[in-house]
Amino acid sequence: MSETLLDIRDLRVTYQTEEGLVLAVDNLNLTLKKGETLGLVGETGAGKTTTALAVMQLVPNPPGTVESGEIWFNGENLLKKKNEEMRTVRGNQISMIFQDPMTSLNPVLTVGFQIEEAVMLHQKLTSKQAERQARDMLKLVGIPEGRAGDYPHEFSGGMRQRVGIAIALSCNPSLLIADEPTTALDVTIQAQVLDLMRRLRSEFGTSMILITHDLGVVAEVCDTVAIMYAGTVVETSDTRRLFTEPRHPYTQGLFGSIPSLDEEVTRLSPITGIMPDPTELPSGCRFHPRCPMAAEICSQRTPTMVPVEEGHNVHCMIYEGLVEAKKE
Amino acid sequence: MHKYILRRLLLLIPVMFGVSFVVFTIMFFTPGDPAKILLGERAPEAEVQALRTQMGLDDPYLVQFGRFIFNALRGDLGRSLTTRRPAAQELWARFPATLQLAAAGVLVAVLMGIPIGIISATKQYSLFDGFSMVLALIGVSMPNFWQGIMMVLLFSIVLRWFPSSGYGTFRHLIMPALTIGTSSAATITRMTRSSMLEVVRQDYIRTARAKGLSERVVINRHALKNALIPIVTVIGLQFGYLLGGAVLTETIFSWPGVGRLMVDAIRQRDYTVVQGGVLLLALTFSIVNLLVDILYAYIDPRIKAQYK
Repeated sequence: MSETLLDIRDLRVTYQTEEGLVLAVDNLNLTLKKGETLGLVGETGAGKTTTALAVMQLVPNPPGTVESGEIWFNGENLLKKKNEEMRTVRGNQISMIFQDPMTSLNPVLTVGFQIEEAVMLHQKLTSKQAERQARDMLKLVGIPEGRAGDYPHEFSGGMRQRVGIAIALSCNPSLLIADEPTTALDVTIQAQVLDLMRRLRSEFGTSMILITHDLGVVAEVCDTVAIMYAGTVVETSDTRRLFTEPRHPYTQGLFGSIPSLDEEVTRLSPITGIMPDPTELPSGCRFHPRCPMAAEICSQRTPTMVPVEEGHNVHCMIYEGLVEAKKE
Repeated sequence: MHKYILRRLLLLIPVMFGVSFVVFTIMFFTPGDPAKILLGERAPEAEVQALRTQMGLDDPYLVQFGRFIFNALRGDLGRSLTTRRPAAQELWARFPATLQLAAAGVLVAVLMGIPIGIISATKQYSLFDGFSMVLALIGVSMPNFWQGIMMVLLFSIVLRWFPSSGYGTFRHLIMPALTIGTSSAATITRMTRSSMLEVVRQDYIRTARAKGLSERVVINRHALKNALIPIVTVIGLQFGYLLGGAVLTETIFSWPGVGRLMVDAIRQRDYTVVQGGVLLLALTFSIVNLLVDILYAYIDPRIKAQYK
């Protein structure tokens, strides 16, 4: 078994809003091994981005607070680090690619400079060397190096996301967090960007957390998957097993929402209901109001993690033997 | 970029023509007879009439307007009706003092407004923020003339630090510059704060933090430059306003500027000086505006791309 790079334990992040305290992430456990790519999947508002920002220690405060938990990275608890110490980790050992390439780059600085400044900061290079490095990074992501002096508005969305990737990889981080890197892009450009990320990952040996709500992307890129629902992880597994044998009713519901090419199905079977209001989360299992298998106990008790197979964990009372699985 | 500047300079021609037209027309239809003012109330009617003919005051409106434009283009704005000296010369002699005061006022405003605005924005809802916002509110609300008088009272009469009026040395400049710069400083503070608050919420600021940059670099390098467009706009407007609107401050501190000259000219019905003065202020305001627009291009490359 390879070494663990990132280990998140019992993470809890809240946001103070006018409507009340929002429990964005609660009781979240996640591990990532070196060299692995983890897909973090869930609906909008499930707490995926908040989890990523918590790892980076960039949860906007106010209104957000990391209330409790531990985030172990390379044997160090990031939550115990001071801000100055965290700055040597950010962009250097852990870096992040953001969702919207149109707004994630600074419009008044050249793309070359936006890569250079990270390199200069962390690798202590001279500005000449940093410029060289920035141009090399641009070439690596498929942008002519002569365009280093251009501004973000002179690039297309796909190219801007490549610049974002170049910035993130410029200091050769051991962990790359990509927050829905392809959501804002056209399908053809999505494929190009995913391809690029896959290639660079194998070239640099970077571990990656890929945040997405697109199961197709997960199947293509990820080694393991964690399914999130209402701020917590409900199922983790390696990708192949998750796709062939989803265990949690929510995961099964997600797959029921995708049209299949092989089977003759006239109607999709989507999950009924909507995501719960984050200020008033349901008691017990968060998913029970929408769960087709829910029993009385589901609203009274929080499910614990059950390993159903090696590396396949489910948070559901069916697998604890407390609830009977109904056949649909 | 050069083409853009040239085009904007050419655009000044119709603007100035329009201003001339309005000013000339207002003055033309204002009751009062320049010839009578020149010769005095008790001058014989025949003499007044002779001067009217000599000055061309009996010519039709359009002929007089044409003559005014033709002369103005050669730099001749007519003679002052009170001093009999060329109006252009009178105005030009006063302009450096006005420019000096306006520049000093803007400098005070920028040096106070931008840093306070930035700190307020980065520490939103802190004690500093609350305190400086109250000060800014007082700053914009306080009438200029009252502040000027209070400063004279405190710093000239009680403390005897600065001369109460006059022109020439740096010591003379301090109080008028502070008086004129206070409300501008308040406006710039508020604009800097709100512009910065908007920018620090942008995605690219998060990207900058995610690179591991220090907060100082994030604010000064990534946020400030993006927040600068509205700030520069306000500074330009304030500068233009100070160039033309320093009348009260100039009067209180006996500052020999264009504003005071204009007030005196209006009081004495010195038509030519008023006309010339308005033209001068319109021209400086237009030029300041142009400079601000050019500055935009150096701040934001997206605007520069539009200037082709």
